[in-house]
Amino acid sequence: MTTRIVELRRGILKKNDELAAGLRDRYTAAGVLVLNLVSSPGTGKTAFLEWTLRELKARGARVAALVGDLETDNDARRLASSGAPVRQINTHGICHLDAEMIGKHLEDWAGAELGGLDYLFIENVGNLVCPSSYDLGEKIRVALLSVTEGEDKPLKYPTMFNSADAAVITKVDIAEPCAFDRETALKNINEIRPGIRIFETSAKTGAGMEEWLGYLEEQRALRG
Amino acid sequence: MHELSIVSSIVDTVTESLEAYPGARVKEVRLRVGALASVVRESLDFCYGIATEGTPLEGSILVVNVLPVVMHCEPCGQDVELDTLQSFRCPRCGEPCYDLRQGRELEIEAIEIDEVDAVEEKK
Repeated sequence: MTTRIVELRRGILKKNDELAAGLRDRYTAAGVLVLNLVSSPGTGKTAFLEWTLRELKARGARVAALVGDLETDNDARRLASSGAPVRQINTHGICHLDAEMIGKHLEDWAGAELGGLDYLFIENVGNLVCPSSYDLGEKIRVALLSVTEGEDKPLKYPTMFNSADAAVITKVDIAEPCAFDRETALKNINEIRPGIRIFETSAKTGAGMEEWLGYLEEQRALRG
Repeated sequence: MHELSIVSSIVDTVTESLEAYPGARVKEVRLRVGALASVVRESLDFCYGIATEGTPLEGSILVVNVLPVVMHCEPCGQDVELDTLQSFRCPRCGEPCYDLRQGRELEIEAIEIDEVDAVEEKK
């Protein structure tokens, strides 16, 4: 027996990273802006996205959404009420979406070919840990936080907030009864991801949504 | 909790690299894991025991080398190591840091194997 050390230097998520790079190229070639929405369960991703899809559609944008959950197609049905093409991805126990699932669900999607879209939203599985490791080829990762969750969420889940490109605070209409400390929340997000764009929104009253839509249009324009 | 998929990927990668060393047994697998990689050490060990059963990795030790977060500080003009994940500011000057240089790694650095010697094989 001879003991030998073999250098490997191999990324453990290399397969996902390669698939995600392929998706990113496809999105760029098609000229579609892709966003990955991540948060805890119950933050209000679906309500926020429903509002966003409806408003973008009303402004003439071509939008579609992929939504990930362990089970049920409840979210897809809710989102479909916006009139946008929506596909549900059931992960059956897996705690995150990965690039392979996205690639598979983009196939044979009549009415939502990448080339015919302006925006594609991916609503990830509600989880603030695992989705941060899986690149889906998105241009913008959006981390959402509701006023009911506590201001220290960014400090508790630094990986997710640090890897985000934009942050959205949801349900601001009930901030007061929740004794939500706005200043502390904004400060905490900034400690983890200095300089990140933060949107304070309510899908119920429409607060902050105009600014959010402006950001989307601005990001889309950046893509030329 | 995606440690099981991480461990399965380790088993696949290592098994594949063993093709060049027929009959070899793995003694140790060394990982480089960034402090921001969202990997829980205990879950990794737990899953490792299960996923390696019946593979050439069975009974091997998993060594995890945790890499601290390194950011580039513009005002200081150099890379700085963070000693906390609660604030992404330069520990020297206190200014916010925007540019991550290390901390998300998740890779197999090397494996230590017991190779079957050619002579031994002939016996």
